[in-house]
Amino acid sequence: MTILFDGIAYGMLLFILAVGLSVTMGLMNFINLAHGAFAMAGGYLTVVLMQRYEVPFLVCLPLAFVATALLGALLERTLYRPMYRKPHLDQVLFSIGLAFMAVASVDYFVGSQQQIMQLPEWLKGRTELWDGQPWALGMGHYRLFIIAVCAALTVGLQYVLSATRFGSRLRASVDDPRVASGLGINVNVVFAATFAVGSGLAGLGGALGAEVLGLDPTFPLKFMVYFLIVVAVGGTSSITGPLLAALLLGVADVAGKYYVPKLGAFIVYSLMLAILIWRPQGLFVRQGGKS
Amino acid sequence: MKSVTSLAQQSVLRTSRMKVWEPVFWLLALASPWLAQQHALIINEIAIVALFAVSLDLVLGYTGIVSLGHAAFLGFGAYAAALFAKWVMPDPLVGLLVGTLAATVLGAVCSTTILRGSDLTRLMVTLGMALILYELANKLDGLTGGSDGLQGVVMGPVLGRYEFDLMGQVAAWYSLSVLFVCFMLARRLVHSPFGATLMAVRDNRLRAMAIGIPVHARLAVVYTTAAGVAGAAGALMAQTTGFASLDVFALDRSADVMLMLVIGGVGWLYGGVAGAIVFKLMHDVISSITPQYWTFWMGLFLVVLVMVGRERLLKPWTWGRT
Amino acid sequence: MTDTRYVLQTQGLVKRFGGITATDHVTLNIAQGARHALIGPNGAGKTTLINLMTGVLPATEGRIVLEGQDITELAPHQRVRRGLVRTFQINQLFNSMTPLETLAMVVSQHRGLGGRWWQALGRDTSVVVRCEQLLAQFRLTDVMNQRTEFLAYGKRRLLEMAIALACEPRVLLLDEPVAGVPAGEREELLQTVSALPADVSVVLIEHDMDLVFEFANRITVLVNGAVLTEGAPQEIAHDPQVKAVYLGHGEDTHV
Repeated sequence: MTILFDGIAYGMLLFILAVGLSVTMGLMNFINLAHGAFAMAGGYLTVVLMQRYEVPFLVCLPLAFVATALLGALLERTLYRPMYRKPHLDQVLFSIGLAFMAVASVDYFVGSQQQIMQLPEWLKGRTELWDGQPWALGMGHYRLFIIAVCAALTVGLQYVLSATRFGSRLRASVDDPRVASGLGINVNVVFAATFAVGSGLAGLGGALGAEVLGLDPTFPLKFMVYFLIVVAVGGTSSITGPLLAALLLGVADVAGKYYVPKLGAFIVYSLMLAILIWRPQGLFVRQGGKS
Repeated sequence: MKSVTSLAQQSVLRTSRMKVWEPVFWLLALASPWLAQQHALIINEIAIVALFAVSLDLVLGYTGIVSLGHAAFLGFGAYAAALFAKWVMPDPLVGLLVGTLAATVLGAVCSTTILRGSDLTRLMVTLGMALILYELANKLDGLTGGSDGLQGVVMGPVLGRYEFDLMGQVAAWYSLSVLFVCFMLARRLVHSPFGATLMAVRDNRLRAMAIGIPVHARLAVVYTTAAGVAGAAGALMAQTTGFASLDVFALDRSADVMLMLVIGGVGWLYGGVAGAIVFKLMHDVISSITPQYWTFWMGLFLVVLVMVGRERLLKPWTWGRT
Repeated sequence: MTDTRYVLQTQGLVKRFGGITATDHVTLNIAQGARHALIGPNGAGKTTLINLMTGVLPATEGRIVLEGQDITELAPHQRVRRGLVRTFQINQLFNSMTPLETLAMVVSQHRGLGGRWWQALGRDTSVVVRCEQLLAQFRLTDVMNQRTEFLAYGKRRLLEMAIALACEPRVLLLDEPVAGVPAGEREELLQTVSALPADVSVVLIEHDMDLVFEFANRITVLVNGAVLTEGAPQEIAHDPQVKAVYLGHGEDTHV
């Protein structure tokens, strides 16, 4: 049961990290392999703020979100926008290039060692339920916190998408950007805002996840594969798809590493491969959705 | 007996004829291990990497499939050849054949999966293959040596006569010969009716289907062939360096080779060779200046390259057009 | 039941997209050697019908029969091999290849040489001779070595047609072949098509009524995905239902 719990925490974290990528892919049809760099930025920012300036952890989280969102908005406007029309190969090369630059820069400025995140006291510790039973559940408080925050964010995202005007503009733009702009929706603003929020969420995820996932300059490349898996399996036409995919991935990874440590990540990759072969459009694509 | 060929026929055949510089280039290349003895080691590396790049060009340039996991075939060929040399027989040419065949089989299997789905799905599937092989090689360390790599691969003499020497001359000549043969075969393929149908598929898949080209079958054949060639490059790598290690499957490899191809120009076969030469030389120069931050400069180069327009770089005859 | 008088038949063909019925139980019989026109207002489903016949879209219900053989389950390229060839309303060409290369490729493919990888493209003289014929027929000889992406629109349209003919069709489906072609050249283009031997049957989608009445010996009218009526040109011209459908459009003389 603990494994399930840890898996869910991991999965929710992956979801928050990857949801921006999923929406960007669905909206701008842009393969952004540098998405992990935004997450890394959020993580490093938090560590620096906490260690050098003694900013409390809870304050760092929204700061990480805002800072990376701004960074995302800036980059979208300047670097990314001319790339939307280019073929996918170019986008892949471009974003890999950005990712490499980010990784090397961080390595240069901060060094390549793992960053240690000091959690506030009230987030450390565990609660054990039903100890001794087969369904014993050990809940790390931090993981509980992660689940709570991510769940709240997910609900918030779903609300924004379905109940606000921005949400309906976003959905219209995803369905058909030309028609949307013909209806008077400022597609550029929608793109920029979405990209910013997606990057911000990645930054927040990086900050939240530093303790659980580890934080070093290779973070973007290491985890990019996982983000891509979430998007490929979950599809780009909803946010429930990636949510379920991320949860599946999280649980599979944690369970796999626990029960069959010899094979490690092999399980996750094989699972992904099998799913994509069986359903090339992803597991959760709605009828008529774009691929 | 030569019959009178029409203007049309001459035009078509002109593209498939060797340009003047081609034989010159190949003669120089094949002679280089003797002409530049002290550089034999790097010549060997360039030849192997060029072969790998040419194999990716078959996929990327002639079918348009973006594959981030082409290193899977490189690695599979390398390990297959290394294991064969270690446990069965150290003859280089037979080992080369084994490595190539192994990668071809893997390619055939993979080709069934990459035909469907969107660009992203294909990217993930190709990447996934490389990742899985990496993990497998890592975990099956009894067989593959795990993260230490498979060491102690001692090769017998090529064709029974030419021992691999420490200077690397025989190795360089061996790799160059294989590169030459494979390149010529690929060149034939690309200028044939078959190659023309590939270009049609790349330019306009819908129309290609509408004129009766069995698109999926063609793509599968090309992908399998490209996998085989990559496997040959991998076998050469294992044989000439004496070991096979995990990083042969790494994302860096796939990314590097894609970069090489992009530098040299996708879709004209020589792009792989040109790109390999430029890339290796650049790598050496930049690494000696800033050893750890090679990735930064490579990243910057990629970003600038894409923003400027990658067709333009090494194809001077396109600089005049928009 | 297949009727061997007809070279191409659709039987009760239906295509639904979610809640929309794009093609509504269409039964079409194309006679051998026909010059058969398919007309109807925009959105009537004419292109969808062509897509169904060529296999680009899978049918929801119904059958398609080509020369007595059921081809409903065949993939698009297999249908082309059997002689069912189409052109596209918007040019679908191979931009990086020249007209000569394009036609050489198509002809090679159709003579069974498409799999041949060891011989250079222009080596087979019979292929080249056929290409020269087609280039001359479609007035492309002077641009035969220019990359397709640099060709003028009129030449591109001609190439579009030449490619279809290079496939040695038994049944040719033309989707608005003169779209965007200047008035003087339209007649010539359609004359080239009319001049095809009688063993090639032609189905034409067109909006230009003058051309339709000049070219066709049979007309099917499609409205909202279903067949409204079918008959000889004179019957259709005087049919009150057809006139009602086109009311407000009058007799179309534009593309």
